[in-house]
Parts: sequence; structure tokens; C-alpha cells
Amino acid sequence: MGIDRREFIRIAGLSTLLGLGGKGAFELLRPGQVEASMAAKPAAEGVVRWAMVVNMRKMDDDTAKKCAAACHRVHNVPNFAQPKDPKDALPPDIVNRYEVKWIWPEHFHNAFPGEEHPHMPEQMKNLPFLLLCNHCDNPPCVRVCPTKATFRREDGIVNMDMHRCIGCRFCMAGCPFGARSFNWKDPRPYITDTYPGYPTREIGMVEKCTFCAERLAQNMMPACVEASSGALVFGDLNDERSQVRATLKRYFSIRRKVHLGTNPQVYYIV
Amino acid sequence: MDEKYKNEFGAFAPRPQVEKKFYNGKYIFAGLIVFLAMVALPFLPNVGKTIPPPVRQLDTPVIQKIAEKDRQCIMPTEWMRANHMQMLIDWRDNVVRTNEKGAPNGRYFKAPDGQKFLASLTNTCMECHSNKEKFCDQCHNYVAVAPNCWGCHLTEGKKLAEAK
Amino acid sequence: MLEKALVGTKRYYMLLAILMGIFALGFLFYLRQLQVGLSITGMGRDVSWGFYIAQFTYLVGVAASAVMVVLPYYLHNYKAFGRVTILGEFLAVAAVTMCVTFVLVDMGRPDRVMNVFKYPTPNSVMFWDIIVLNGYLLLNIVIGWNVLECERHSVAPPKWIKFLSYVSIPWAVSIHTVTAFLYAGLPGRGYWLTAIMAPRFLSSAFAAGPSLLILLCLLVRKYTKFDPGKEQIQSLAKVVTYATLINVFFFFCEVFTVFYSQIPDHMLHFQYLFAGLAGKSRLVPFMWFSIVGMTVTAILLTNPKLRRNENTLAMLCGMVILTTWIDKGLGLMTGGFVPNPMEKVTEYAPTIPEALITIGVWALGFLVLTLLYKVAVSIKEELKA
Repeated sequence: MGIDRREFIRIAGLSTLLGLGGKGAFELLRPGQVEASMAAKPAAEGVVRWAMVVNMRKMDDDTAKKCAAACHRVHNVPNFAQPKDPKDALPPDIVNRYEVKWIWPEHFHNAFPGEEHPHMPEQMKNLPFLLLCNHCDNPPCVRVCPTKATFRREDGIVNMDMHRCIGCRFCMAGCPFGARSFNWKDPRPYITDTYPGYPTREIGMVEKCTFCAERLAQNMMPACVEASSGALVFGDLNDERSQVRATLKRYFSIRRKVHLGTNPQVYYIV
Repeated sequence: MDEKYKNEFGAFAPRPQVEKKFYNGKYIFAGLIVFLAMVALPFLPNVGKTIPPPVRQLDTPVIQKIAEKDRQCIMPTEWMRANHMQMLIDWRDNVVRTNEKGAPNGRYFKAPDGQKFLASLTNTCMECHSNKEKFCDQCHNYVAVAPNCWGCHLTEGKKLAEAK
Repeated sequence: MLEKALVGTKRYYMLLAILMGIFALGFLFYLRQLQVGLSITGMGRDVSWGFYIAQFTYLVGVAASAVMVVLPYYLHNYKAFGRVTILGEFLAVAAVTMCVTFVLVDMGRPDRVMNVFKYPTPNSVMFWDIIVLNGYLLLNIVIGWNVLECERHSVAPPKWIKFLSYVSIPWAVSIHTVTAFLYAGLPGRGYWLTAIMAPRFLSSAFAAGPSLLILLCLLVRKYTKFDPGKEQIQSLAKVVTYATLINVFFFFCEVFTVFYSQIPDHMLHFQYLFAGLAGKSRLVPFMWFSIVGMTVTAILLTNPKLRRNENTLAMLCGMVILTTWIDKGLGLMTGGFVPNPMEKVTEYAPTIPEALITIGVWALGFLVLTLLYKVAVSIKEELKA
């Protein structure tokens, strides 16, 4: 944003003069910013914008389980209900508290609270909606992080730098989707089958889905997409010929909590 | 000597007669001893011990397979010895913060001779130097540093695990 | 002046020893927390801030309330408060010390805390909170210490101290405002998403802080030769009365907006706190006690007879401290996180180690407070003699 002091004073003075508080001043200084948080960013040439479509027409409990398992396996996500050593077993309420999850199934009324009504198709109520980080265009977690440990990449991925995280958990309070997990306890004793292609974590940092940034770098699809037998579609939203664009064009889709203005980039076809 | 001491304004009261002796000696010395003991505490366990300087250990299966004259790390040994920590930090930032606005990019490291390496502690470094206890820990222990890389990063890369 | 903190009666040493003992106990448990992680606490993925951050929020308020003695003294030339400003400022120092310690204790990776300065991020409210809190700590140490020293030598404090005192007034308001902004700007948390959060924080701070100061003044009078003064205590009592009334009013403003608008995202949290949700209602008795107690106390405080009697005043101040603590500490934190973004209910309760660490930090704060008050009171006694 190239704006010098003189111009700033001019614009600030103008907007005050005209009584254009709030959005008015915003419009002058950073045109389009307010709209940007509401609508998808316009496509720029050659820029990638990763997005995911969850096609609930193809989703069933088995597929959902497979997707979550595939993700959690290749990212060494611990399962606190299954310790390597039976000595480390934890009671169920504690397992629930410590739980780390990157992608997990949830019923409609939990995935879309407030959107359910008694007359909707019975079958829809019980479908496993896969929830994960929405890689928002306007992510509150990035806004609140005091160290830029979580940051938005130019291709839209909201990534975590676990080397930098101080474990303040402001991002967990900031995320309106419950997509973030904290390492309350050392995860290693709860990873039965350590996957050698990805690090584990230490206590005290926050983690979440990264859209498989490490796999994308090797031209591979995210692990959950590979395991989904077509129920998950992933691709470049800025590429007109991509499968995500085609799917979104063909079917009506919804997103979680759009009214909060975070502009989530995981779409659900219902 | 004059009984009264003087300055430029004239004579003052007699010099106070204070007995010349060491006051509060027992507290001062007791305090000093406690202080010295506390300072010396970390050194005490090592008194009288000679700790052998670390010896470079290169006898891992991967390195043994390479012909003696081709045994070369991605950078000259001397450079690696002095700079590997900074290099790993650079790798880490380049890989993790790829595609961040204004951040350095890249999952690969280009050596001066043009060779490209995957920037990965586990999958590049530890592949040759699979003897962590001997290669890494020995030296780190000697200079008393405790890098916490292995709190998360595994000592065995994907290739090695698959080979097994 | 520091030498005044080193000599005292047997009772003084006993108090120090007890506080140090409690602190040491908490510290031991903190070492354990460093080892096994925050799993030692009752927090979890749904309620991810708990007791520590609750105390932090509450104590920022106590710290900010020093402005209630500083402002009348410096801006309105209300001379009577000259005697208690130092007590207010030193209370702020102790409170901010506790705040900073609580934030540190709550961190998952305290070893990396310097990252906040290494990668300064102005778009994070946390960044500003750290700046204003440390600035406020520094301001109060410098002002309090210098004014006391000047008083001791019967000279007028230097001009720059007066300037700093003026700065400290809006600064005090800022620390609690910024702390409120930590919560009030988060899109998915209906309980916190309210523009009245900062005003509410300030009103409860100006109720609780001066209440604590009144109790401390009464203690100082009882156990030392320095009398903070009847008029001073009565003026503080008026501050407490107004602030408590405003705090109750703000609470009902909130209740009106939430329940008349009937927006579920906002109502559910109140329902959890005051009626229970999905059969979970651990906090219900606390919350009712808090709001009913606070309202009744506010009404009783308006009665000048009860206020003038220092026994009933002390009791009412105790009630204000307790009820605002439940509202702003316990309720605010858990209420904001329950139900979670998937509208599921996971309750929170602190564990014993968590409580002990918390008490340890409080002990540290009271240790700092005791030492500082000892210095201040000794100087005041010396001046009287």
C-alpha cells in the first residue's frame, strides 16, 4: 500500500470533514477491504487459491472415517484413547479434553449450528460432515497470533509454524470453527504407528490442518482427498478448469458460519 | 596532626573516634562462603574428570557405501561444523514459511556445486548420519548444548524406514 | 528506602515466610507443569483458557483501579488522597506483577516468550496488551518510588513525575480496555462479542480495586502506626458504590440485548451460566450468587449508614471483590468457551495443581505487596515521628 504521510493526512482529513466515519474512511484507505472479507477474492492471473469441496452426496460414515484416519496417520496425530503402553491409558473425559484432531466427522447440527430444522431430510441429520480448518480468506487466527506463528500463505493456505508458536492459545479462542488443537500432553506415547515422513509435536503448541502443504509441495493431493474415493475434491479455485470450480458450478454448496466474515474455503455440497 | 580537620570553610568538629576494626565480619564471611559455594556448585560434579573430545563417527551404512574420496557433506566439513545450526534454521524457515508474503521460499537447498538437496533434517541429514548418538549427541554433549530438534523431528527418515 | 523492607517485627517476618512458603509450593507444581505440559490443568480443547487467564483478567482490573486514587489527587487536586496514592500505586505494581506471571504460567512454551518481541505483530491485541501492561508496571514503580522518596526528604517531586502521573491516568484505562479487546474482537464467541465489554471491565475494576484498597487501608491502620484516614476510606467507598451500581447496570444492559434480540449464539452462553445447558450446570449456583450478591451489595452500599460503619463497609467490600471475581474470572472465561463452536458442552473445573500454582502466583503478588507496603508505611511512620 503506497501511501505517504501527506496523502494519509489528506484522506484522513477529508473523511473526517465529510463525516465519513467507519466504512467510509476504510474505503478511501484500503478500497475493497470490507467487501474482501465477505466475498471471495477476485482471481489474479497465475495465483493459486487452494480450496476443498466436501461432497456430502458421496460421503458415508466409512469414507469419513477413512479420510480422518489417513490424515491423522500421515501427520502423526496422536490418539489419546489408544496408548502404545497400556500404562498410559486415560479416562474418556480426559481423552476428550486432550484430543488433537485435524479433520473429523460431525453431525449437521454441530457442523452448521442453527441451520437445522425439524423437517429436513432425516438422512441429512445423520450424515458425517467432515470438519477441518477452513483456510479462511480472512482468518481470525492469523489476526490474533502475537508472533505470526500462524500465517496466511499467498496460495490461501493458513499454515502453522510450530517452531515459533508460544502456546498462548489466542488462536484457539479466535477460531470460530473449533479447528485448532493444543498439545496438552506429550503426544508421542499415543502415536501407535509413527509415520516417518512428518514430525511429531512437543507439548505446548497449537496445531491444525495445513491442507497438506508438505504433500502439495511434492505435487501430491492432500491425504484425506486421496482416501475419500471422490467425496472430497481439492484444487485451485482460481483455475477455471479445475475440478473444484467445476463441482462448485454444478452443485449448490454451503459453507460454515459465513455470516462471521471469515470467508471459509471449504465448501459442502448437500 | 591537627585534632580538628579543615576544609575551605574552616575548622570542623573533631574527627569522630571510631575504633578501627572489621565490623560484622562473621556475617560477611559467612555470606561470601555461601555465595562462592553456590557459584562453584555447577562445576563440582566434573572436578577431576577428563572428558574426551568428541571423535567424528562416520561408520553408518549409507556413508560406508560411498567411495572414500566421494565422502563429502553438502558443504565442506569445516563450514558445516561451524554453521550447521544456522543452516538448519534457514532451512526450517524456508520450508515452513514457503509462500508467506515476503518470506524466503524453497524446500530445496542448492549447494555451491549446483547439487540440489531436500531441505530436511530427518530425510536428508539423518539419512547419512543415521548414528545420532555418536554423530550429533556426542558433540552436543561435549559443548553442553541441548538442541530440541528431536522433540518433534524423527531420527529416521522415510527412505530409511521404507528400506527396512 | 529498600532497607525498610528488610527490618521489621516478628509478625512481619512470619508473614513473609508464609507467603514465600506458599509461593515455593506453587513453584514446585509449576516445575511439574513445565515437564508434563498444561495437561496438569483442567483446560482442554474446548475450554482452552481457564483459571490462569481468569485471574489475569481480574487482576488487570485491580491494577487499573489505582487510577481511582491518582485521578482525584492529580486532576482535581483532592489533597486527602495524597495519603493513599502510594498505596494505590503499589497495589497496582503488585497486581501487574501477578498479571504478567499469570500470562507466563499459562503459556504452553514459556521458553519462547521472547518471540513476541522478536516478531512484533501489531495486528494482535496480545502484542498491545504486553506493551501496555509492562508500561503500566514501569510507570507505577517509577512514580510511586520517586514520590515516596521525595516525601521522605520533604521536597516536592520533580516536574517529570507529575507529567508521568498524568500519563498514568489514561494508561490505566488503556490496560483494561486492551485486555477487554482480547476477548471482544473474536468473531465466533458470542459471550464476548459485545461492545460493552471494555466498559464492563472498567466498571467492575473500579468496584473491585478500590474495595481491595479499602480492606488494605483498614489492615494498615490496624497493624501499623500509619492511618490512611477516615475521609480517604469514605471517599473510596463512594467510588466503590458508584462503580458497583454501574457494573450491575451494564450487566443488565447486556442481558437485555442478548435476550430481547433472541440470537442463539449469544443466548446459549448465558443459558449455560445461569440455567445450565445439555444437563451441565456446574457454574449455575456461582453465577446466581454473583449477580444477586452484587446487586444486593450495590443497593446496600447506597445506604450511607452502612457505608460509614467500617465493619459493614469491610463486609460489603469483601462481597464486591468476591462477586466481581466470580463474574469476571470464573464466568467470563468458562462462559465464553461453553458451548463450543460446534455447540457442544464441555465443562471446566481447575485441578488441584492448577489451583496451587494459582495460589502460588497470588502469594508472589502479596509478597511484593507486603514488601512495598512495608517500605511505604515505614516512611509514613518515620515522617509522623
